[in-house]
Amino acid sequence: MGLRSFLDDVAPSFERGGKLESLYPLYEAIDTALYTPSSTTSGASHVRDGLNLKRVMITVWLCAFLPVFVGSYFIGLNANEAMQALGMTSVDNWRGFFLNGLVSYDPNSVWDCLVHGLAYFIPLYITVFVAGILFELWFASKRGHEINEGYFVTSILFTLSLPPSIPLWMAAVGVVFGVVIAKEVFGGTGKNFLNPALTGRAFLYFAYPAQMSGDAVWVAVDGWTQATPLGNAALGLDYGVDWMSAFIGSMPGSVGETSTLAILIAGALLCLSRIASWRVMAGVLLGMVLTSSLFNLLPSSNPMFAMPFYWHLVLGGFAFGAVFMATDPVSAAMTNNGRWFYGILIGFMCVLIRVVNPAFPEGMMLAILFGNLFAPLLDHFVMQSNIKRRLARG
Amino acid sequence: MASQKEVLIDPIFNNNPIALQVLGICSALAVTINMATTLVMCLAVIFVCTMSNLAVSLVRNRVPTNIRIIVQMTIISSLVIVVDQVLQAVAYDISKSLSVFVGLIITNCIVMGRAEAFAMQNGPWLSALDGFGNALGYSVILIGVALVREPLGSGTLLGYEIIPTVANGGWYVPNGLLLLAPSAFFIIGLFIWAIRAWKTDQVEEPEYEIAPNGQYKEAI
Repeated sequence: MGLRSFLDDVAPSFERGGKLESLYPLYEAIDTALYTPSSTTSGASHVRDGLNLKRVMITVWLCAFLPVFVGSYFIGLNANEAMQALGMTSVDNWRGFFLNGLVSYDPNSVWDCLVHGLAYFIPLYITVFVAGILFELWFASKRGHEINEGYFVTSILFTLSLPPSIPLWMAAVGVVFGVVIAKEVFGGTGKNFLNPALTGRAFLYFAYPAQMSGDAVWVAVDGWTQATPLGNAALGLDYGVDWMSAFIGSMPGSVGETSTLAILIAGALLCLSRIASWRVMAGVLLGMVLTSSLFNLLPSSNPMFAMPFYWHLVLGGFAFGAVFMATDPVSAAMTNNGRWFYGILIGFMCVLIRVVNPAFPEGMMLAILFGNLFAPLLDHFVMQSNIKRRLARG
Repeated sequence: MASQKEVLIDPIFNNNPIALQVLGICSALAVTINMATTLVMCLAVIFVCTMSNLAVSLVRNRVPTNIRIIVQMTIISSLVIVVDQVLQAVAYDISKSLSVFVGLIITNCIVMGRAEAFAMQNGPWLSALDGFGNALGYSVILIGVALVREPLGSGTLLGYEIIPTVANGGWYVPNGLLLLAPSAFFIIGLFIWAIRAWKTDQVEEPEYEIAPNGQYKEAI
């Protein structure tokens, strides 16, 4: 128990009146990450439950590693294929310094693809994590609240939603915006009405469109342009990928969004452990299927009208958003019926933006933020109808 | 009776029409992309607000109560038309880039609000000072927003390059969000945050209290 006694030894300097009092949240975060906190509820109510916020968040965080590894593999695969097509045998930038001895950029080798992809994911994730946690710590020490494990989830989901080739400073700016403007100004985790990861992404999307959308950003090789299948679809071109490869994930896209298969497995784990709400996921799916089927019936010169629901499912960020972003327990609807409506609203808006708005080939990010705004209203109506029903029952 | 100094100075920070009363937001979003249009807009509002308060105050005892709003609107509209015509004659380019927003000073809540709330009850000198002070408060925030938006959004200030952008061979990647109107919402929000951190009496009572986050010792 050397570590435990060390933590106990240094504890007094972090507690009230200690020298490092302002860093208490950091101490608390490290302590409770290593050891189970044995604090109990202090008010009139007493709650005993195996599940606390820490476990909820860490489960989501662990589940997100499935898309991380599969996504990284496909980033590497896309990059290696592009390098082969360009006849490149080594990478010139600082990543090449680490990579050139380690891998031979062979698209047929799982090792080469995975390591090349991780060389994009790992620096991105470290940057995002450090930039965001500094601001979390700052606010936590000023406001006297704890650093929350929610940040693990925010940081990894934010990273997964970015294009692999985004400059690292941009990712840092985005996550700081998300953490401060979407979460901390409203009082921290639990009081934010928007998903912080998506807010940060939306900020980057509007601030730096050249690095967040278009054809040049999705494959992590300089000078290689390749549109996402969804971008092709909006122009009425061939998607450039067959359904099965799109489902497994072999296509250009954001880090974590490409592999619908990995996302669905992670989603099944989240549903089985009852961490994420299956009602939200089912609602999003239902809304998407209904809306896209409706558009399929309408005659139009816009090629997106004809896109069937099983393509909407595998292209772009739909699956990732439905499983990881829409189910955020803070910004989603809280009542069971509200979750259905919330999910259906997101599915509907996503397809509506994808199909009808020519400026946005992808609609999932804006659809979820839109759903976040409506979640409290939906909850209000559900609660009012419950109250009315109970009053009528007498 | 408020003193002259209070009437003039209070609206700048203590009772700012944008930051505390949250009025006149729509023009603050629309004209602050660059400093030149912002300054012209501020001058226009200062002129209209001062003169309308003066004029409304002069006629306040002659106006029947039930048509007072119409009288105020007529005065304000006349002044705005004067400003608009002068702008078109003197600075046609800026007048074009301000487009409808000069005309929309007529509906700016600050001008109307000061005429109705202050000029109808006070003498002409105090009213003119009040209009001038409130327009200054509006201008301070607008200039502040433009000071953030123009340099960070396009690397220039008053049209001169102050941060070399990537497109011109420099290092700065302009932030495209700041060229969109919603960015002014964030910036005004941050200003309100800063002003309330400085002048804590402006902080509103929360609607309900959440139990504080304790800093308790963990049992071992």
